[in-house]
Amino acid sequence: MIARIKTLAAATAVASAMLGAAGPTGPALAAGEAVFEAQDWSFSGVFGTFDRGALQRGLQVYQNVCASCHGLEFVAYRNLDQFGYSEDEIKALAAEKQVMDGPNDDGEMFERPALPSDRFVSPFPNAAAARAANGGAYPPELSLIVDARAGGADYIYGLLVGYTDPPEGVTIPDGMYYNTAFPGNQIAMPPPLYPDGVTYSDNTPATVAQQARDLATFLAWASEPNLEERKRAGVMTILFLLVLTGLLYATKRKIWADVH
Amino acid sequence: MATKFENPIVRWIDHRLPIFSFMHHELHEYPTPKNLNYWWNFGSLAGIALVIMLVTGITLAMHYTPHVDHAFNSVERIMRDVNYGWLIRYIHMNGASFFFIVVYIHIFRGLYFGSYKAPRELLWMLGVVIMLLMMATAFMGYVLPWGQMSFWGATVITNLFSAIPVIGESVVTWLWGGFSVDNATLNRFFALHYLLPFVIVGVVVLHLVALHRFGSNNPLGVDVKSPKDQIPFHPYYTIKDAFGLGVFLIVFSAFVFFAPNFLGHPDNYIPADPLVTPAHIVPEWYFLPFYAILRAIPDKLGGVLLMFGSIAVLFILPWLDRSPVRSGQFRPIFKIFFWILVIDVVALTYLGAKPAEGWYVFFSRIATAYYFAHFLVILPLLSVFETPRQLPKSISEPVIGGGGGFAGATAARRENDR
Repeated sequence: MIARIKTLAAATAVASAMLGAAGPTGPALAAGEAVFEAQDWSFSGVFGTFDRGALQRGLQVYQNVCASCHGLEFVAYRNLDQFGYSEDEIKALAAEKQVMDGPNDDGEMFERPALPSDRFVSPFPNAAAARAANGGAYPPELSLIVDARAGGADYIYGLLVGYTDPPEGVTIPDGMYYNTAFPGNQIAMPPPLYPDGVTYSDNTPATVAQQARDLATFLAWASEPNLEERKRAGVMTILFLLVLTGLLYATKRKIWADVH
Repeated sequence: MATKFENPIVRWIDHRLPIFSFMHHELHEYPTPKNLNYWWNFGSLAGIALVIMLVTGITLAMHYTPHVDHAFNSVERIMRDVNYGWLIRYIHMNGASFFFIVVYIHIFRGLYFGSYKAPRELLWMLGVVIMLLMMATAFMGYVLPWGQMSFWGATVITNLFSAIPVIGESVVTWLWGGFSVDNATLNRFFALHYLLPFVIVGVVVLHLVALHRFGSNNPLGVDVKSPKDQIPFHPYYTIKDAFGLGVFLIVFSAFVFFAPNFLGHPDNYIPADPLVTPAHIVPEWYFLPFYAILRAIPDKLGGVLLMFGSIAVLFILPWLDRSPVRSGQFRPIFKIFFWILVIDVVALTYLGAKPAEGWYVFFSRIATAYYFAHFLVILPLLSVFETPRQLPKSISEPVIGGGGGFAGATAARRENDR
C-alpha cells in the first residue's frame, strides 16, 4: 500500500515535471502535488479489524460535522450494530432524523422518524440542491469515499489534517482553501475539524488529528463494512488451501514416482 | 466397449449413448506426452477460470440491475446486503484479471514451445479467437458497474470505431443505440456480456477437439514416436493439474480476500457522471499493452488498425515462423528474441498505464515497432538463418539414455524426476 502511494506520488511528480518541460500546457493555477503520509490503521494487515472505539467516535464526528453537507446513502442505521450498539440505541439514533415516506391510503406523502432499516438520511434532497447550498461545489457522497480515492484512508486522514496557509507566492481565490493532500491543493471545503470541535462521549481528547483518525476509520468501515468478515474468511480459506495443496503435491509425487 | 463399466446402469446408458466411453477416452486414457512441465498447467487452469467466471457471473446477474439509474446502486447492494455478495463480486472482479494472467501465460508458453506449428495451426487460431472473445467480454463487463471508469472507458473504446472512414460515426451511433453512451448501451452490453461467455465455451470445445486430434505439444517439441513416450491423462495429469489449481487458488485468494481492489481503479467507485471526465482514463491492466499501441500512433485510424493488427498478426503466426523446430529450447537465437518480446510486452503494459506525453510516447512507439518486427521480420528471418541444435530422437530417448547433452533433455529429465 505504501509502495503504491509512493509510486503514485512519483508518477504525479514525473508527469508534472514533464508538463512543465513541455512548456505552456501546464495549468496556470498552482498545480501542487498532493502529499499525504501512510498511517498505521487497526484495519490494515491480514488480521486487521476496526477499532470499535474509533468507529463510535468517527460516527460522532460524522454526525456532528460532516452530515450537514455529506450524505452516506449506502449505509443503513442497522449496520451500526457492528459498532457494539444495542438495538434500542440504534432505533433512538435513527429516530433523530425524519424521512419522507408514502404515499399513504389517502395518497399523501408523509414524514416519519427514520427506522434502523433506513439508510442514512442525506442532508440534501438531490445533487442540485447540494450544489446550490455550497456555492456550486458538490460535497461528495461519503459511503465509498475511501475506496474511491487513491490512497484510501491515508488520503482521507491527510486531507483532514492537510489544511495550511498557502505557500509564498500562491494565491487562493475567495471561497477556496489550501490543502496539501488535495490534488491541485485548492479545495472548496472549509477546514471541517477544530480542536474540541466535538466532545467525545468516551472523553478522548478531541484533537484534530484524533478526530481525523476516527473519521477516516469510520469512513473506511462505511466503504467496506464486510472487511472483517472478508479477512477472517481469507485466513481460513488460505489455511485450508495450503493443507489441501500440500496433500495434492504429496499425492502427485507418489503417482508420478513410476514415470521415467 | 460396454464391458469397460461395471455399473449396470452406466453400461446400459453407455450402450445407447456413449458419453461414458467418450469421457473415459478423452479424460482418462487420453494419451499425453510424459514430459509436460508446469507451464502446461495453464490450459486447464484457464478452463477452470472460465467456469469460475460463469458461476459467479450468473449469480451476480440475479442481483444486478442493468439501468443507468440503478446499476451502480445494485452493485453496492450486492456488496453490502446480498449474503456473501461481496465474496461473489470480488471473485468475479479479480477472476477476470486472473483469467487473463492464466491465458497470457498459456499464450507465451505456446509461443516459446512452438505449439502453433503444424499440425496445430487451427488449435492456435481458435485460441486467438478465444482471447478476442475474452477481451470483448471483459470490456463490456467492466462497463456494468457504471462507475466513472466504466462510463469513460466505454466512451473511449466505442469511439475508436469512429475512425472507420465514411461510416465511422454511424457505426458508433449504432453501437451506442443513441447519441452517447447511455442506458441503451448499458443494456446491450449486459446482454452481450451474458451471451459471449457461452460463445467462449463453444470455441473452447472446438479448441479441445483440435487439441485431442494430435494431443499436446511438449517441451521438447518432438512428435510422440511410441507409446512409451506417453502416459494416460488420468491419474498423472489430473493430479498434476489439481496441484497446480491449488497453487493458483492460494494466489487468487490472497487477492480476493486481502487486496480485492488492488487491480481495480478507485475512480470506478464513483458513480458514472457524463459531465465529469477523469484526469486519466485508464483501461484495466490486461488491456494496457494494446492501449499503448493504440496511443503510440498519432493517427486515430492508424492506431486502431495497429491495435487490432497486434492480435491479427497472431492469426498468421504459424506461417510467419517457418522453422521446422518447435521448441525454443533447441533454437538458441529464437530463445533470446522470445525473452526480448516478453520484456517488450511488459514495457507496453507499463507504458499503457502512463499518460500519453513526453518520453512515454517515444518509448511506446519503439516498443510497438519492436512488437510487430518480432513477428513480421525477426521470426521469418530466423526461420531461414538460425541453425537449431540437434533434436532428440524421441521424448523417451534423452530421458532414458542420459540426455546426450541436450539442455532441454536434462530439463525434461529434472522435471520427470521431481
